[in-house]
Amino acid sequence: MFQVRFHGRGGQGVVTAAELLAEAAFSEGWHAQAFPSFGSERMGAPVMSFCRISDQPIRTHEPVTEPDALIIQDPTLLHQADLFAGLGREGYMLVNSASSFGELGLDEFVTGFHPYRLLVVPASELARTHLGRPLPGAPMLGGFAALTPMVSLDSVVVAINSRFTGQVAEGNAAAARAAFDFVADERKALTDA
Amino acid sequence: MLKQIEGSQAVAAAVAMCRPEVICAYPITPQTHIVEALSAMVKKGELNAEFLNVESEFAALSVAIGASATGARAYTATASQGLLYMCEAVYNTAGLGLPIVMTVANRAIGAPINIWNDHSDAMSQRDAGWLQLYAETNQEALDLHIQAFRIAERLSVPVMVCMDGFLLTHASERADLPDQAQVDAFLPRYDPRQVLDPAEPVSIGAMVGPEAFTEVRYLAHERMQQALQVIPAVAAEFANGFGRDSGGLVRPYLTEDAEIVVVALGSVLGTAKDTVDALRADGQKAGVLGITSFRPFPDQAIRDALTPVNRRLVVLERALSPGTGGIIAADLRTALAGRPAPAMSTVVAGLGGRAITSKSLRGLITKAAAGDLEPFSFLDLDTALVDRELARMRETRRSGPSAENILRDLGITASRIG
Repeated sequence: MFQVRFHGRGGQGVVTAAELLAEAAFSEGWHAQAFPSFGSERMGAPVMSFCRISDQPIRTHEPVTEPDALIIQDPTLLHQADLFAGLGREGYMLVNSASSFGELGLDEFVTGFHPYRLLVVPASELARTHLGRPLPGAPMLGGFAALTPMVSLDSVVVAINSRFTGQVAEGNAAAARAAFDFVADERKALTDA
Repeated sequence: MLKQIEGSQAVAAAVAMCRPEVICAYPITPQTHIVEALSAMVKKGELNAEFLNVESEFAALSVAIGASATGARAYTATASQGLLYMCEAVYNTAGLGLPIVMTVANRAIGAPINIWNDHSDAMSQRDAGWLQLYAETNQEALDLHIQAFRIAERLSVPVMVCMDGFLLTHASERADLPDQAQVDAFLPRYDPRQVLDPAEPVSIGAMVGPEAFTEVRYLAHERMQQALQVIPAVAAEFANGFGRDSGGLVRPYLTEDAEIVVVALGSVLGTAKDTVDALRADGQKAGVLGITSFRPFPDQAIRDALTPVNRRLVVLERALSPGTGGIIAADLRTALAGRPAPAMSTVVAGLGGRAITSKSLRGLITKAAAGDLEPFSFLDLDTALVDRELARMRETRRSGPSAENILRDLGITASRIG
């Protein structure tokens, strides 16, 4: 079982992103489960959502307290308590930011993890470029496809197309592809080094 | 067809395939997605039903009563305070013997206001005369709705299908959606036992005095006894038609040789099963007894499911009856009266969205196995927080509102993770 926790703010598509990841995993034949931590979707309030991916039916309905991966859609949440709770040393983390971990004040936190598993991606900027709106959900998933072996970029695009149509689908898919390339390049630079 | 789908959307699809003729609803979290989806289907012409937006939950169920009494298949959905607001109509539906199906997306009841899951809402209507079936997964929620119309119409009783708010309604899971032909083959046209028809006028729900009221109530109880036969029969027919087990009265999991059996309803059953598997790997013989039918309460099925090896029951209560404690535990004691019953611990857990984690369940079962679990307790209670508020109340007459006091004491504004 691979468990992902998303952190973001109401209005950023945090719940949708978890659902799209579940949809992408489902399209590859995995069992998947996605759900929000709470449902009073107030704009701007901190929101969490969860996604589990497994080769077995998923029975548990508890929140993800020991994530294998964190997807942080809003870097302004970074210094809130509990954001990194339960992430093991083998874990993955993708942060929506154009800044490095050092610039984000996270050098100490990232020490001890595999450097190529903890990365940043400027998802809001990519979304603004390709979608016209700074909605980071789809590019975060594109980046996630490059960060972990769990789902392919193609499956993320399949999930995007199952939810959206027309220009919105195209913009989200383009942003996801751009984020995939960005993260793939980051990983390559770190693994080559 | 297998789909990755949100629970509410899956339930809306199932309800639509049951061909309801009248749907009336008033929005309330976390039920809203279900009726939103149904209204969209009606608007698009995919579902040939009358969809009525009403001004309150009381009106929602009253409209369903009117529709059902004229022979229409009627459906509504609600949660929490919405269910309380329709309470009088809830009793009337059962009293009139109208087979309305209603989803309750289980949510806590205020005050203090809380939109998250527990079972306080449905359990407050325990004695109303409705069947109450609790879903463990979204697949089961979907399946139970199809079965609910069948059961309701066969017996002329209303059925509540209870599914955990957010945990199921807002969870995207894999579900096998049947096709229309399968549902049509399973669910015949509604053949009402009573119809309000201008061509053949009758009265329903008129005054009955002391001369016959007891007998009318006796019949309500008798229909519940019949339901104890019909629920498993319909589940068996469903298994034949759809190829999977769903519904029924109880669901035992590894209970046969279990020393400790966790008894619970709803979505926590999956978490409990995972916990039991992990404990068994460590040599602790534990099992789970899921109760699908809370009303009628399946006394005999529970007696049959338990064995003399089961020396302790741990009853998870997702609702609280202040002053007595456990609601399910009380029914279990009645069911097990007069025979050597296992020891029982009642644990209030998961109120108002507090997560029931496998870590906590593991601790609970381990404690029960050691004989250290109290007869009555609250899972993961912050005792120090409670004690500080009790102290404030002792020290100051005007100590203020407790809920706000303890929030201030905690110093948090955001929800916790687990």
